[in-house]
Amino acid sequence: MLSRPSTALLTVVIAGNPNTGKTTVFNQLTGGRAKVGNYPGITVSRHEGRLALDGVDGPHGADGVGTVRVLDSPGTYSLSARSKDELLALQAVAGLPPLERPDLVVVVVDSTQLNRNLYLVLQIIELGLPVVVALNMTDMLPALGREVDAQALEQTLGVPVVSLVARKGRGFDELRQAMAKVLQHREAGLPGWRWKPEAGPLLEDLAVVEPLVPAAWTGNGSGSRRALATWSLLSLDDDDELTEVPEELRRAVESRRSLARETGRSIDREIIEGRYRWIDAHADRFLKSGTAVVSLTDRIDRIILNPLIGFALFLGLMTLVFQSLFTWADPMIGFIETLFGWCGDQISRLLPEGLFASFVVDGLIGGVGAFVVFLPQILLLFLLIGIMEDTGYMARVAVLMDRIMKSLGLHGRAFVPMLSGYACAVPAIMATRNMERRRDRLLTMMVLPLMTCSARLPVYGLLIAAIFASRGESGFAQGLLMAGMYLFGTAAALICALVLSKTMLKGKPSPLLIELPPYRMPHWPSVLQTMWEQTRAFIQKAGTIILICSIGMWLLLSFPRDVELDHDYAAERAALELKLATAGLEDAEQGRLHVRLDALGAEEAGERTRKSYAGHLGQVLEPVLEPLGFDWKIGIGIISAFAAREVFVSTMGVVYGVGEGADETTPALRDRLRKATWPDGRKVFTPLTCLSLMIFFALACQCMSTLAVTRLETGTWLWPALMLVYMTSLAWLTSFAVYQGGRLLGFE
Amino acid sequence: MTTLDCLTPGSEALLIEVGGARPFQCRLMEMGLLPGTRVQVVRRNHFGGVLELKVRHSHVTVRTIEASQLIVSPA
Repeated sequence: MLSRPSTALLTVVIAGNPNTGKTTVFNQLTGGRAKVGNYPGITVSRHEGRLALDGVDGPHGADGVGTVRVLDSPGTYSLSARSKDELLALQAVAGLPPLERPDLVVVVVDSTQLNRNLYLVLQIIELGLPVVVALNMTDMLPALGREVDAQALEQTLGVPVVSLVARKGRGFDELRQAMAKVLQHREAGLPGWRWKPEAGPLLEDLAVVEPLVPAAWTGNGSGSRRALATWSLLSLDDDDELTEVPEELRRAVESRRSLARETGRSIDREIIEGRYRWIDAHADRFLKSGTAVVSLTDRIDRIILNPLIGFALFLGLMTLVFQSLFTWADPMIGFIETLFGWCGDQISRLLPEGLFASFVVDGLIGGVGAFVVFLPQILLLFLLIGIMEDTGYMARVAVLMDRIMKSLGLHGRAFVPMLSGYACAVPAIMATRNMERRRDRLLTMMVLPLMTCSARLPVYGLLIAAIFASRGESGFAQGLLMAGMYLFGTAAALICALVLSKTMLKGKPSPLLIELPPYRMPHWPSVLQTMWEQTRAFIQKAGTIILICSIGMWLLLSFPRDVELDHDYAAERAALELKLATAGLEDAEQGRLHVRLDALGAEEAGERTRKSYAGHLGQVLEPVLEPLGFDWKIGIGIISAFAAREVFVSTMGVVYGVGEGADETTPALRDRLRKATWPDGRKVFTPLTCLSLMIFFALACQCMSTLAVTRLETGTWLWPALMLVYMTSLAWLTSFAVYQGGRLLGFE
Repeated sequence: MTTLDCLTPGSEALLIEVGGARPFQCRLMEMGLLPGTRVQVVRRNHFGGVLELKVRHSHVTVRTIEASQLIVSPA
């Protein structure tokens, strides 16, 4: 079958206020099979799907059933814009360049908040775009004692209005019919301006501004020039973030605004009030309100937003989020690790021992395992966020946390991602999607990896045990130090957020105008679909990067192969194996030989790693690491920890010849670390070095998966590169200060 | 005449004037908080430093500091 270029298909954009069920409508129309793409040039994702409509000319001519493209657009209360994020809504709906002009806009409207929603509808009608209004959530009206007459609304607005209950899939046949009708006869959805500026001065303002609207904005649409002039008067400002606005237009708007101010007028108010007056004046026709009822939401909010119960509930729920990521995901993660380990074992049994087997087992299978291991936490976090978002609770969290988060320069919605950061930065960075503004998202992403994630725990465990070598592994001081590291990571994240929000990611303070949507039961198909989409994007985009990095790490640690070794391991092994094969050995003797054989293997692996490229790199880096108290063997550990922080522990096990299976509690590893010395005989793992190393791990960006997922979420390598540079510099400087400062003070 | 943040929860008022910076004014008016609009204070959240309002059938929150820029006349 020939596929036509997508531009040849008719285009429908779904628009609407936030929380109106836009996504549900989109999913119902497209059957949930949407492609996730990006807006050209920026990293905000955009969904695109297909819909077959009866009565629309299809790609094969006038056969009666045609396929149209369906695109979503960012939820917005208005098309006026001061930031680039807000401009996107206008671009997507009105089809300003570089986006194409839609053939139809379906505006999804929350019928329980009709008047405010109609404000956006009027703006879209003004732009001269064919409109169909999808009146959603009509099933909630009776409980509120209200009634909306869809027919009267249709007559008033002059565009088709269809009643929907999107979550229950009701009204979609009618919606598709209305869409087909307007796509065939544009005029059916083009009523012309409803509210018209009538006051003389405003008409003058528009007349001055209108000729300056760039031709590129209006395209071939004729009616939109005046609408875009109105938009300019409302949007342009001496400190807006909009680029590509002609200087002439900007100046004209400014001068009209100050002229109006001199005569005591407010252009903003005249335009906004004009639209709302029109809505209020016509509301009697289509909206009937009975006596006000105390809604279920009001009753729930009395409890949930109650200072005491509500706060306890909030703490409870956040503990649940934290626990689920930190503890409940563990069996799943363990299962995946075991599964991949088992696969590796099976394959290494099938393949002849050597380079290829090592590549398949350690490089490929290990690399795939390295990103599959994140799936349980990603799925769980998006399930919980989906539920909180869909029920309307997330908006309340943002309100509750606004004061604290705002004082740090962060958005109230950054709280859940930051909390998730204690488990793992990878799902947490993906969770920043719950914020609308790009600046809020970037700021949260940039500081998230400083939160103490669970991969740092084994490293801290090993080093704390090394500090308190003489006093055992558990104790009050040890626990205190661990808690101190948590506090340190959190403080570092919050301070960096404060600094970044005042410098590089300085944003315009935005008023907190959060709409508290009514509580609803979560719509499971939507929740599950979002969960799946996020996971798929992670596997496809971040997974590839993680796999490539894993193979790179394997190369660094396994090559060169033909190094000169200090011992003839092969000969020694052969000798041991010969002894083992001798008949009549005692069990004890046999056991002893096996232990020696294992130790020999570990020694060889250790020497090979010390002489690998990673080892060379460690030695090259030693001059940089020495001022922090680290030798080149620690350097190998730091290099290998780039795969994942906890790998540091097993690498130290390999480097010190204890074997790959070592963890932070392995006595042999602790023992070797305690005995490790510099060439001049000084001990390497002094308490001061261990502290310096812990601080390095707390601050350094030792995680390729974090960088991969930041690349996925920001769409460029710029932000992950910045993250790597700033975190590593911060780590080096702080460790330097701690180590050298500590030495000056006489510690060691 | 008083400011919105001084109202007790449950009370209603008519919005007289929207103060503050221009972007704030515009955003507020576009959400339907225009001079002449009836506003009800639903509750006050001290921890979050916000005020929940009921305007035109919807619930909207504003920061208490920002609410002090809205002049109302109790009704």
